[in-house]
Amino acid sequence: MAKDPVLVVLQLSGGNDYMNTVIPYANSLYWDNRPAVNIPEDKIIALDDKVGFNPSMAPLKKIYDEGKMAVVHGVGYADSPRSHFRSMDIWHTCEPNIVGTEGWLGRALREFDPRKENVVTGVSFGPSMFRAMSLPGVPVACVSGALETYGMLPGIQGEQRAKVLERFKNAYAPAIGLGSVMDYLGTTGIDSLAGADILKSAPQKYSSTVTYPGSKVAQKLRGVAQVHLANLGTRVFYLDHGSFDTHASQLGEHAKLWEEVSGAIEAFFTDLREHNAADNVLMFLFTEFGRRVHDNGSGTDHGAAGAAFVIGDPVQGGQYSEHPSLKAEDLSQGDLVPNVDFRGVYTTILEDWLKLDAKPLVNGTFEKLSFVRN
Amino acid sequence: MADSHDIGLIAHLMRRAGFSASREELEMRAAKGYNATVEELLHPEESEPADQNVLLRYQPAALLPGGQPPMGNVNWMFHLVNTKRPLEEKMVLFWHHVFATGNSKIDNYDQMLAQIEMFREKGMGNYRELLVALAKNPAMIFWLDNQENHKRAVNENWGRELLELFSMGQGNYTEKDVREASRAFTGWGIAAKIPRLPYGRFPWEFEYNTEDHDDTEKEFLGHKGNFDGEDIINIVVQQPACHTFICRHLYNFFVADEPQVPSWKIEPPQDPQAMAAMVKSFRESSFEMRAVLRTIFTSDFFKNARFNKIKSPAELVVSTLRLVGGEEIPRPGYGADIAMQPTYMGQDLLNPPSVEGWHTGREWINSGSLMSRINFAAEMVANTNRPGVRFMINRIKARGTISPEQLVDTALDLMGPLEVGEQSRQELLTYAREGGQLHWANAAQAEERVGQMLQLVVATREYQFN
Repeated sequence: MAKDPVLVVLQLSGGNDYMNTVIPYANSLYWDNRPAVNIPEDKIIALDDKVGFNPSMAPLKKIYDEGKMAVVHGVGYADSPRSHFRSMDIWHTCEPNIVGTEGWLGRALREFDPRKENVVTGVSFGPSMFRAMSLPGVPVACVSGALETYGMLPGIQGEQRAKVLERFKNAYAPAIGLGSVMDYLGTTGIDSLAGADILKSAPQKYSSTVTYPGSKVAQKLRGVAQVHLANLGTRVFYLDHGSFDTHASQLGEHAKLWEEVSGAIEAFFTDLREHNAADNVLMFLFTEFGRRVHDNGSGTDHGAAGAAFVIGDPVQGGQYSEHPSLKAEDLSQGDLVPNVDFRGVYTTILEDWLKLDAKPLVNGTFEKLSFVRN
Repeated sequence: MADSHDIGLIAHLMRRAGFSASREELEMRAAKGYNATVEELLHPEESEPADQNVLLRYQPAALLPGGQPPMGNVNWMFHLVNTKRPLEEKMVLFWHHVFATGNSKIDNYDQMLAQIEMFREKGMGNYRELLVALAKNPAMIFWLDNQENHKRAVNENWGRELLELFSMGQGNYTEKDVREASRAFTGWGIAAKIPRLPYGRFPWEFEYNTEDHDDTEKEFLGHKGNFDGEDIINIVVQQPACHTFICRHLYNFFVADEPQVPSWKIEPPQDPQAMAAMVKSFRESSFEMRAVLRTIFTSDFFKNARFNKIKSPAELVVSTLRLVGGEEIPRPGYGADIAMQPTYMGQDLLNPPSVEGWHTGREWINSGSLMSRINFAAEMVANTNRPGVRFMINRIKARGTISPEQLVDTALDLMGPLEVGEQSRQELLTYAREGGQLHWANAAQAEERVGQMLQLVVATREYQFN
């Protein structure tokens, strides 16, 4: 039986600087615009004669060379608000004009499990829940801290435990007329009780020769691997790393972040491969916006278009779309103009990988790309 | 008309205007009366501050905690738990949320705590003066890169957030206003930092660099002039949008959950009359926070807003600690066991996720955070040696043999008084009935039963509300 496709989303929070991640080094305008915040040309890891990776991304270059990493240029949407919160909301809900409450992946989870039969269909490695995964009535197991110590009222043990958990379950059961917040608390309580029971089994079943780096993102990806390898039916994993909000002292900070992300991804896929469990996993990396074309002397301010990345065995590697023009007359308020709508990237993932009808999930029809192998 | 000696009403006030209190304190305040308690809260200067010496005796590293958690958290948690000026500390939390500054970038809890101390001093005073102090606060300057805001290279970060997040809200100014405000704040920087080695960190200092200040005309919100930063603030505080924005934040924090901040320009406030009353006193007092706070706490819209707000993680942790007692001294292990608890529940104090603060209300709750909240509170009330728990047990014990119904009702009363719905009460009763009458022939067993009852009480949905 074919394995169900699985999606891992890694959110780069804070606005990753596209121009120092996938560097348009052959373009003299890059050097003109980045007098202070540039990557020396001899350090850049060239992908071709136009662009190259940040030097911290060597492990990702290896994956790129294997043809398993897609770089999507110029991703964004019209009229970027240049605000973290608002832009992240737009990416999470696909609602650029009103404030949405339904996450695009929450909707996808509802499609996968409309009757809520598996409360770990979506697993978020918080500590806080991401709006992209949130949809009223859709359970998401939200793990904060280590999987090993996950459970409700651990202080009550012995014969009282079962009785107490039974009372808890009844006290949180749905009832009429309590109001939406009480309803929400009720469902969340019941779901987390159930989710804890299931997820606790994952670390017990897990063994691996792969040592993950100590960074937060690596430890979270290790948790993702444990749950994925336990075959609990999880279809969407979500985690984040940051902060990429590099207004000042960018070079060192940005390099460290990408070193952590690259090292974590390398360990994760090595681990999955060791267990022969990589073939049905697609990883998607995005950020809420790219940063301003011209640096500010030590960092970069909020911008518009950014880069997204798609990684894994099912990926048709290479570059998609093209780096937006750096010419002054082509910029919008000093920022790169997106040439790929992020909802087109979502649509590709939803339809070509997760086999869902994307239109109702992303609120419209958007042009797809071809980064998923057929 | 609510009874001014009603312990339920006093408990509501103390939960909202502070971080709750032990049963003993609540009873004492109920005897004093509601309005007298409000006035006491509004005048923190009449009570002693938390004793820094105790903090230093047990956790000397919390004085200048450096860059890594948890010592910065230890310092603030010590104040939250021990303060005898609850409203002052509550306002510190309020401003920390609105003017969200994070150690993720500051990498210096000394400076974060200096900002917190500034909120302690000015947070209940005049809003205009607070904004001026904020613009000169070194942590804020570094957080929003104003030290990189130069005459010849404008950095808009502070200028934008001042308008978007700290005073007026999106949609009430143009991109040009952002630019002009930023120009007015050029030269507002930090004195050159002294290298950390070999003597350790030196305090950061505000420095106004005249040569780096753009000393030419600006045009801001319809006003023209050679503005400096303080002129910008003076113009901002006159804007009706600013009055509404700050009062809405206060309403959201003290009265009832509003939608998340980014939607405020689209969705109107849920209680326009309450907003009007708050805005009126904000304006008439020329932006005195104390005046608006008095309007809130003496209003019916506040008094009638019991148990309608989800506790923030900080509120949940601190109110539970103040109820059970026993954590007044920052013992070894206090950092990981106590001070980092809000972090585990999604509110990393001194390190909000972004300059836009935390998403609040029901967004505090997800399957992970709910479990952390319940488990923490349960662990606290399960310890029958804690003075607050001891007090409750003695009260129950003093009643002698009681029925399961009496056990449930007494526990709920002592724990709040907590108002629970029929469904929760039924489950508590079912559990109590399984043990039959509570009698004290075997005191240890009886205490364990009470402890389990208290754990089940804090596991109810209702305990999640403030």
